[in-house]
Amino acid sequence: MQSAQTIFENIRKDFPILGRTVRDNKLLVYLDNASTTQKPNQVIEAISDYYKNHNANIHRAVYALAEEATELYEKTRDKVADFINVKNREEIIFVRGTTEAINLVAYSWGRTHVKEGDIILTTEYEHHSNIVPWQLLTQEKGAKIEYIGMDDNGELILDDLDKFLATGKVKLVTFSLMSNVLGTISDSKTIISKCKAAGVLTLIDGAQAVPHMKVDVENLECDFFAFSGHKMLGPTGIGILWVKKSVLETMAPFHGGGDMIREVHKYETTWNDLPYKFEAGTPNIADVVGLGAAIDYLSTIGMNNIRQHEIDLTSYALEKLSEVKGLHIYGTKDISKRGGVISFNFADVHPHDVAQIIDEEGIAIRSGHHCAQVLMERLNVAATSRASFYIYNTKEEIDKLINSLNKVAKVFKL
Amino acid sequence: MSNADIYHEMIVDYSRNPINYGKIENHDVTFHDSNPLCGDSIDIDMKIDNEKISDIKFHGKGCAICMACSSVLTEIAKGKTIDEVRNISKHDVLGELGLEHLQAVRIKCALLSLKVLKSALYSYLGKHLKNSEDVDKLKEEAASLY
Repeated sequence: MQSAQTIFENIRKDFPILGRTVRDNKLLVYLDNASTTQKPNQVIEAISDYYKNHNANIHRAVYALAEEATELYEKTRDKVADFINVKNREEIIFVRGTTEAINLVAYSWGRTHVKEGDIILTTEYEHHSNIVPWQLLTQEKGAKIEYIGMDDNGELILDDLDKFLATGKVKLVTFSLMSNVLGTISDSKTIISKCKAAGVLTLIDGAQAVPHMKVDVENLECDFFAFSGHKMLGPTGIGILWVKKSVLETMAPFHGGGDMIREVHKYETTWNDLPYKFEAGTPNIADVVGLGAAIDYLSTIGMNNIRQHEIDLTSYALEKLSEVKGLHIYGTKDISKRGGVISFNFADVHPHDVAQIIDEEGIAIRSGHHCAQVLMERLNVAATSRASFYIYNTKEEIDKLINSLNKVAKVFKL
Repeated sequence: MSNADIYHEMIVDYSRNPINYGKIENHDVTFHDSNPLCGDSIDIDMKIDNEKISDIKFHGKGCAICMACSSVLTEIAKGKTIDEVRNISKHDVLGELGLEHLQAVRIKCALLSLKVLKSALYSYLGKHLKNSEDVDKLKEEAASLY
């Protein structure tokens, strides 16, 4: 058994893209992992192997290839269930990503259960994917979307939750387990226990959390949980929606089509069993297989080791960035409450200019509103720069980021 | 040209000390637009007397490229006739700042203010011109900016 340190030292060789140079022959420093992660050979090869050796449509044909493809697809469902600790595999639905997962809930659950005057409660630090589907739903139903506010430390103001729950109108509380901009880890235990006491359902956007820490869905006791494959070493275009069976059974179908049906007649149709009722059409089989390989890869390293690695990197980066004159970091400094995401602004230099100048050094960070304009308004900024880390990042790369910021200071005469 | 070379003296200076920055209280027309990609957001106010842009100011938030181009554009437009402003092209703005080879992802930062200016003019003319053909032509111009 390798020590955690040796594992992280050897990891980079699994990621071919990390060996490439960009711009003026600079080795790539990839710090946009909250947006999407790079892929190891194991994932790339699993997808390639699927197409080279097993490609067929799943669930119906009786020939050998179809059987293999079906097994690979369904085996990944078990891996997912295991990875996030879910007992019932029929509660795991394959979707395109977190965005589709939340839209599915807004459509299939929301259309059935949300009525005029109801409140969908979200938070000020949500991604647009956990705001816009609810705006669409509430506008259609004459319901309202409301927000749990955020304090200056980047943490949710739970008094707001109490206030809205007390109205008796809240139908769903939906929040991200970890903010994609500030890295704040939500106090899910408190939120969910308050909601349960009030008989209100909860949806967790796990897109930023699942790749970076051990997530135990059974233990969370939420009702809906969504995350994406591409932020956890898997391919794009595949994600997961988990819904508690008792809730899933009350939901209408999302897309109609093949595979989601039991019997189709001219004027009526009956639905397939769970979870297939929610997986219409030929699914993204190859990328499901790729996601399975990503889960294997992460499980081998161990999610607790990954969290520790990111705590080390983030503490180091927070310390180094705090030493840069004129640099403002958003969110809490308490590392137990934040993941490996750091948003900052550098004096009066616009984040786009920061990102462009350091791109010349091969450093990829994100600049902009990070699909969180409600949060940008709350912070009273147009945009931020954001560096986000993953298993393959190193302290040397953070040093490179810091050095490149000196170049920004020079250009803008800070 | 390296991408970082776009951050030359003029761009940095204009971004620090933008020209024609502010609001015109008794404007004849004002227009706002933003860039959904990066959140750059620009308002342009204009005073129009005798078919001429007698005063023009912009305000908003944007990157150095956006702010520098807005400064240059308002300088170009000031004092010109409506027809002359209609003929301002993206090359006039980009050329002034040596940004002809700006990468595609940043072009929208550079040309946001031009889009706002043309839209402002369109909205002004829409109210003051009877000739609808002319308005349609302007609409077309504004749509094909990038």
